[in-house]
Amino acid sequence: MALPGAAGFTGPYLAPGNSFFDFALAAAPEALPAHQAYHSTHPGTHPGTLPDAAPQATTIVALTFRDGLVMAGDRRATMGLAIASREMEKVYPADRMSAIGVAGSAGLALQLVRLFQLELSHYEKIEGAPLSLEGKANRLATLLRANLGLALKGLAAVPLLGGYDNSTARIFSYDVTGGHYEEHDFHAIGSGAVFAKGSLKKLWRANLPQRTAVKVAITALTDAADDDAGTGGVDAARAIWPVVAVVTQDGYQRIDEAKLAGLMEAKR
Amino acid sequence: MTIPAYVPPEQLIKDRADFARRGVARGRPAVVVSMADGILLATHNPSRALVKISEIYDRIAFAGVGKYNEFEALRVAGIRYADLRGYAYDRSDVTARGLAGAYAQTVAAAFTAEPKPLEVEVAVAEVGATQADDAVFLVSYDGSVNDEHPWAVLGGPAGPARQALAQAWRPGLSLPDAARLALDVLGQDVPDGEVEAARLVRSAIPGRTFQRLTEPLRRYAA
Repeated sequence: MALPGAAGFTGPYLAPGNSFFDFALAAAPEALPAHQAYHSTHPGTHPGTLPDAAPQATTIVALTFRDGLVMAGDRRATMGLAIASREMEKVYPADRMSAIGVAGSAGLALQLVRLFQLELSHYEKIEGAPLSLEGKANRLATLLRANLGLALKGLAAVPLLGGYDNSTARIFSYDVTGGHYEEHDFHAIGSGAVFAKGSLKKLWRANLPQRTAVKVAITALTDAADDDAGTGGVDAARAIWPVVAVVTQDGYQRIDEAKLAGLMEAKR
Repeated sequence: MTIPAYVPPEQLIKDRADFARRGVARGRPAVVVSMADGILLATHNPSRALVKISEIYDRIAFAGVGKYNEFEALRVAGIRYADLRGYAYDRSDVTARGLAGAYAQTVAAAFTAEPKPLEVEVAVAEVGATQADDAVFLVSYDGSVNDEHPWAVLGGPAGPARQALAQAWRPGLSLPDAARLALDVLGQDVPDGEVEAARLVRSAIPGRTFQRLTEPLRRYAA
């Protein structure tokens, strides 16, 4: 890593720009996950064999409601047919006003989250103001594109971005090439997405109150867990709940498990 | 062929130091003060867009005086240094000491090797778990570093205000007390709209502790 030496800050440290990723690519490319893809001489493993060798993270759902958006992710990570983790977290704050959820190769996915969080705070510190939501969505696409080499070798990670900007909540989905698409009302990604989406399609209404929106998110994950082996539902025996977060004008807030339990209890 | 006139190294260094010192003294002063619930940073700055005080990392803030383009480059380099270190290692591995060292190297290299020394003075402040852990590093135009006490005055003329701060500072200052001391250094006649101020909030550790003061500093001092 090119940390400043006897001459102090030189080269990339003094170059113009406000992106952490661009800076790190110049100053310390080995620290970035994309580096291995660019420089690897490995012939490339056949797609379909690698996912068994690394944990996979699964279903994320997001939906808008009256005051913002809810994003929720189950806690399971799988390696082939084995369960690698039953308490992995896949939904994180990207910054104060946005949430990011990830599906796919777990190590890369979490790296992507970390890099994206850093990219946003880095920009904010240098420029003195946060990026617009559209700007955040574009930056995330750039980070993903850098991962394309690994994605083609079967190590793909795909995010779902939700944010609150100018009094509206918006959801963006991505593909491994960095293509990003604005989704309306609700969306789901990961192995259980088909089932979760079916559920969301029936339950989503315009202007839902937050309580109902959270219930809808958990119900969609439960439906996904019912039919997809890669998705974990609510684990009542161990009291493991999905990670559920809301983003409203008050910012990102994770809903604690006791509250979720109370909410789902009240349904019956 | 003309032979360049011999200039003794002492004279060369003195000329450069005088040049840089004059440049820094022309700048409007900044002040950093450790207090009970954090660290206060304030400066006289008529501009709202061009900042002299900035967040560097979770617990670290920056203040710079002198030539804007020069300390702005240092500010941005500091943010990059901190973010890269925190990314490659861990957020807790980013320290003000390391950053002050890198600043000192940069400024010292320019002082001896560049056509013109940097006309800047910068401070790096780090808020600790307790006030005893607070650190304020002052890096001067020649690359010398001072961390003798948890407060610093940058730029401006060396006057009685500076002495007053040295005598009045004590551990456990409240925000109003610290704000009053800071305003004494900046000059009581500075208009409210021209004071840029921020603080590192001790209770916000381990998150991002930097917070810009949106109200005029004088209101906090009351």
